[in-house]
Amino acid sequence: MAEAHPVGFQWVVEAKKRGAQVIHVDPRFTRTSALADLHVPIRAGSDIVFLGALINHVVSNDLDFREYVVAYTNAAAIIDERYQDTEDLDGLFSGFDPETGHYDPASWQYAPRPGTGDRPAGEEEDEVDAMSRGEHARHSHEMAVSDTHGSGGPPVDHKPDRDETLQHPNCVFQILKRHYARYTPEMVEEVCGISPEQFRKVADALVANSGRERTASFCYAVGWTQHSTGAQMIRTASILQLLLGNIGRPGGGILALRGHASIQGASDVPTLFNLLPGYLPMPHADLHHDLDSFLSGQEGKAGFWGNVRSYAVSLLKSWWGDAATAENDFCWDYLPRLTGDHSTYTTVKLMIDGGCKGYFLVGQNPAVGSANGKMQRLGLANLDWLVVRDMQMIESATFWKDGPEIETGELETDKIGTEVFFLPAASHVEKAGSFTQTQRMLQWRDKAVAPPGDAMSDLEFYYQLGKRIREKLAGSTDEMDRPLLELTWDYPLDEDGEIDAAAVLREMNGVGPDGAALSSYTQLKPDGSTRCGVWIYCGVYADEVNQARRRKPHWEQDQTAAEWGWAWPANRRILYNRASAAPDGTPWSERKKLVWWDAEAGRWTGHDVPDFIADRAPDYVPPEGAKGPDAIAGDDPFIMQTDGKGWLFVPTGLADGPLPTHFEPAESPFHNPLYSQQSNPVSTWVSEESNPLNPNYSEVFPYVYTTYRLTEHHTAGAMSRTLPYLTELQPEPFCEVSPRLAAERGLTHGDWVTIVTARTAIEARVLVTERLRSLRVGDRWVEQVGLPYHWGPNGLVPGDSPNDLVGVTMDPNVYIQDKVGTCDIRPGRRPRGPALVAYVDAYRRRAGLGTQHGPGRSNGEEA
Amino acid sequence: MSGGKHAGGGRGETAMVPEADFESYYGRPIIKAPVWKTPDVPLYLFLGGLSGASAVLAEGAALTGRPGLEKVARLTASGGAMAGTVFLIHDLGRPERFLNMLRVLKPTSALSVGTYILSGFASLSGGAAALEVTGWFPRLKRLLGLGAAATGPALATYTAALIANTAVPIWHEGHRELPFVFAGSGASAAGGTGLLLAPARDAGPAARMALAGGTIELVASEMMERRLGMLAEPYHRGRAGRLMTASKRLTVLGHVLNLLGLRWPWLRRLAGVSYLAGSATLRFGIFDAGLDSSNDPKYTVVPQKERAARRKQTLGSTSA
Amino acid sequence: MTFSPESLFGRLEDVQSDAGYDEHPPRMGFFTDTSICIGCKACEVACKEWNMVPDDGFMLTGMSYDNTQGLGASTWRHVAFIEKPVDVPVPEGSGPTASTGTDLGMPTVGVPQVGDQEAPSGEGGIRWLMSSDVCKHCTHAGCLDNCPTGALFRTEFGTVVVQPDVCNGCGYCVPSCPYGVIDVRHEDGDGRAWKCTMCYDRLKVGETPMCAKACPTESIQFGELTELRERAQARVEELHEQGVEVARLYGADPGDGVGGDGAFFLLLDEPEVYGLPPDPVVTTRDLGSIWKHVGAAAVGLVALGVASFVGGRR
Repeated sequence: MAEAHPVGFQWVVEAKKRGAQVIHVDPRFTRTSALADLHVPIRAGSDIVFLGALINHVVSNDLDFREYVVAYTNAAAIIDERYQDTEDLDGLFSGFDPETGHYDPASWQYAPRPGTGDRPAGEEEDEVDAMSRGEHARHSHEMAVSDTHGSGGPPVDHKPDRDETLQHPNCVFQILKRHYARYTPEMVEEVCGISPEQFRKVADALVANSGRERTASFCYAVGWTQHSTGAQMIRTASILQLLLGNIGRPGGGILALRGHASIQGASDVPTLFNLLPGYLPMPHADLHHDLDSFLSGQEGKAGFWGNVRSYAVSLLKSWWGDAATAENDFCWDYLPRLTGDHSTYTTVKLMIDGGCKGYFLVGQNPAVGSANGKMQRLGLANLDWLVVRDMQMIESATFWKDGPEIETGELETDKIGTEVFFLPAASHVEKAGSFTQTQRMLQWRDKAVAPPGDAMSDLEFYYQLGKRIREKLAGSTDEMDRPLLELTWDYPLDEDGEIDAAAVLREMNGVGPDGAALSSYTQLKPDGSTRCGVWIYCGVYADEVNQARRRKPHWEQDQTAAEWGWAWPANRRILYNRASAAPDGTPWSERKKLVWWDAEAGRWTGHDVPDFIADRAPDYVPPEGAKGPDAIAGDDPFIMQTDGKGWLFVPTGLADGPLPTHFEPAESPFHNPLYSQQSNPVSTWVSEESNPLNPNYSEVFPYVYTTYRLTEHHTAGAMSRTLPYLTELQPEPFCEVSPRLAAERGLTHGDWVTIVTARTAIEARVLVTERLRSLRVGDRWVEQVGLPYHWGPNGLVPGDSPNDLVGVTMDPNVYIQDKVGTCDIRPGRRPRGPALVAYVDAYRRRAGLGTQHGPGRSNGEEA
Repeated sequence: MSGGKHAGGGRGETAMVPEADFESYYGRPIIKAPVWKTPDVPLYLFLGGLSGASAVLAEGAALTGRPGLEKVARLTASGGAMAGTVFLIHDLGRPERFLNMLRVLKPTSALSVGTYILSGFASLSGGAAALEVTGWFPRLKRLLGLGAAATGPALATYTAALIANTAVPIWHEGHRELPFVFAGSGASAAGGTGLLLAPARDAGPAARMALAGGTIELVASEMMERRLGMLAEPYHRGRAGRLMTASKRLTVLGHVLNLLGLRWPWLRRLAGVSYLAGSATLRFGIFDAGLDSSNDPKYTVVPQKERAARRKQTLGSTSA
Repeated sequence: MTFSPESLFGRLEDVQSDAGYDEHPPRMGFFTDTSICIGCKACEVACKEWNMVPDDGFMLTGMSYDNTQGLGASTWRHVAFIEKPVDVPVPEGSGPTASTGTDLGMPTVGVPQVGDQEAPSGEGGIRWLMSSDVCKHCTHAGCLDNCPTGALFRTEFGTVVVQPDVCNGCGYCVPSCPYGVIDVRHEDGDGRAWKCTMCYDRLKVGETPMCAKACPTESIQFGELTELRERAQARVEELHEQGVEVARLYGADPGDGVGGDGAFFLLLDEPEVYGLPPDPVVTTRDLGSIWKHVGAAAVGLVALGVASFVGGRR
């Protein structure tokens, strides 16, 4: 965190000054570790074993926060009797179809409650019948459905049968115990390279700092997310934190440290293929034909998601205004629809295959920042046209003349047919707008200076682009043009004559029938009387005030500091904060009180905006058959979940299992000691000639590599490698290795080395340092090569891009790439020109590689 | 990697006692070496000594009626001062701003004081030399010459203060002896010039001045190096070491030739060359040794640690 | 302006009065608490941006994460990085020992022993010291004492500043600094001496120097020197109570060799580990002795001159 979020890290330092204990788990010793109380070196990619062992430690020794667990999680829920665990099936869950490579989650569902009308999953009348469940699963995975429906995930059909004593052999708690029984400290040592003594230290610290009086929090970043089991790694932490009662409580929780200042905004608003604003799912051409079919299965479910119709209709009204009426389904049909997986890597493959003609790259540099740089550039080279908007001449815009493939001859400039348009972009001080950071807080930025020359903001660009396209289409009677022509596109202009960003924020906030800004998403209606661009942002412009622009300093506020910026939803700073009070509504402790029930006033109150229905008493029991928010009980803090409980076990919504399970990364030097199933059976990889994978446990590629960041540079380097003040701080690309690895391979500190994978070979200088630890794993040492990834051929100090080494294997839930793999490292500079290709080919041959080698299912092939 | 510990050790020398272990920041210097250029500043040191002592020689020659020696000495004094001034200005980062030296007079700054000494001396000796050459106003010439002789020794010795009043360990710790080294060296150079250029019958005092000056130079240097102990190492290694050795040999050779010159007078001219070379190489050697002393962190860290430890012992308490 | 021995060395209560100011604001300074430095280098960048200091060259030094190498004419805040392996006590009966730290050679051949496991930080293993170095703005400043043009001067805040329109690049300040801070900028024909000004222009309008403003963890603290010294003392005691015995102040003692620094530090190791002199003394402490010996030598030279003419012709 000190590396990538130095300004945010000041609060960790502050906490430490007040007595907090800081534990840093990371393959390398970073600037964070330097200030931590404890650094735990770990083999990259093995986190599920570490966290799973902590879970095991907690549940085996009854160290969980029992009252919290029973009341607020689905620990007591009883699972379908057909469920089989990875312990039963040696690494697979029940419901795996080897042909499609997908899971059918029917057997993971809650067991129906006796005496109710609930039926086991698969036996319900649904628009999805049994014959096409495989199809449904496939669509679900393509659409990355787990990403949608907000934090609650997709709805379950019914609340579960429960055993409050947690003894039923098929209740979640017992399943959890069985699932992690073999995740012991000894297993941690064997898989992660962490000693039992260190493990116990972490376990003891966690347990001692959880419960009524104390809370512990986890902060993570791409060391968890960028893996083929990335979503599950985070899930393991969620389970642990739920068991310890740390969710929804001050000083608890799990904080994602983003890679970019507004990445949270990029999924809220969003820039992802599978989402509409506010985590509404993007409709699918095969599944959804109208608004009703789009909403069925979500509408009316328990919890606030049950009101999804209001959110969807308000969005449609915001986009198509008066043209959207109840009669025409509020122009739902104008929405583009998915026909499959349109995630970024799949799209790159499509480019290579000639299926994608044009591309906009906006503030993105995939030639350096995405996995498998060569594949990215091959894709870009096969487009008809490419628009790049950026502040600097990034490698993704110049690949056609100076990319690495030009040097090797794999691409020739005059054979590349892509027409590249480069449009200069304004920087974040040259435009007004908001950032949404990891705490879901929106902070408004004013424009400080005008952008130079032709540079303009993205907002102005798209506004102008839309204007001009509409002008060209004006008067058209073609049905296809109506969605564009009927868009509401009349924005006020600011004093510089550009689109007024605050007006756009206001549109996101939404307006009521009277045209006044709304103040809460509970005001949204399904009848078309309200408009709202982003329902979770409703309230950011309440009372016609830009709430995101508030800057009351923290020394003038309490510790919640609610008057700095605005957090969604409803300016709640801690989600699920109902859980900070006991089921009876009293705080768990005086020290850790956050929100509580004020019986006299009949309302929830406290230091934060209660994340609960304001006047719902703690003892409220919803009537049978209740829908939407009415179905939330007084002790259901997890209001986005249809059963109101935190999910230790995820019945539906994850592609690769209801419980996190350790699988080796797609490229690993080790056999999976836990199961025969080596790697994530559902993870995907891109089947492409330029994307071969290293074979596992190979002597040709015996070392583990992982990529990471340095404080001095920013992501793919366009904003830092071009500035002298930042470049001089970390001027040349380098890798980091342990002294033992240096001795093994004859590497000299400061000299050039070459790092090789099946994709390509790059060169860098090497820093031999104790900060990279040799880890004892099993009966051998594992060595890791650390690769800061900020460099590319452009900028003040050019260098090879480490991401050229990385193969594309993806988490099946969200299609994020793995940043861990295997490699070899040798002293000396790499060959240049065509000799480089020959060098890499020689490695491939020695490793016995064809180009179609890969785990699990491959994308882009017939199911 | 980390800075690491070093054992101090002379290059190519066996230390009798294992030297102190010390740490440093990757072996980098702690203080900064002077940025003065070679040959400008060492040459100036040489020329300052040469001309300062020459002015004294010139007055003595005038007093005792040795016009040949007087003329040589006056011209040397003036010429040396002017050349030295040129080198000094050339060494500045912004030569066009050399007059800024005259904005203040700072007694704490040897360079400030020296600026005035040099300016005064250059004017006086220049005036005297001009009158010497033209032959006008002989009494004025004597007056100016007397002034030059009064300021000359200051010019010849203040340069020791210049280099000693810095953080450079080998210079600063040698501050007691360095002025005598410089005085002696200036005298031997002035005497040497007289021996080289003056008519033989006038050369006697020059020979005596060179003999005395060179001896003082050698003795004071020896005393300084002994007292410096480990800090004197730069005088014995590298280029500085070679220059110092050469300087001593040249000065001794000068003595030999000087004394032999009692029997064979023409050898005295050679002695003059040797004295001049010895004096010049001495300054270059001292200058180089200063750079070495600055660049090796050992010479800053080890003595300071010892001093701090001694102080702690006597105080018996922890110091900040 | 007073000129007395206290002006040159030893305790000096009011450095601004000593420099000639009748009225002046309180003395301002930096307290850099390196125990909370995260090595982010925001201080380096902020300083350069405000003061328009040029970049100092692009070279990977291999000195851990320090690529700007040291203070100089074009680096006025410099973050040092020191990786120190800490010897770990090997558990009993664990077979062949392998100290984690200083031994960088091959491990013992064969199956690794328990003791070979790299130990975590905090109980042996690695320390990574990080520290933002800066001009010390000494009470008795060697650079100031030696500047012949008066370009260097003492401000009303007690800081030491170079006037770039006066400096003629004589370079005398460079070897005069016991900390090796100030240097002459040779690039682009500049030729003048440059160093930290403690953002004198910002101080004049009541603002905070850029490095202190940018530092996210408040490792760099700016304020009145007396108050900073108190704060620092409390912080050291706090760290000692927490078991961090190595913590110590550097440059905070007004009785030290430079009369105390206007910018002082809390260090977690010996000063020389950070590239700082262990016991700095301002060179002008010995000024009296220096001039005395010069005077004696000058007189001696006159005497020598006279003696050369005694006796007859030869």
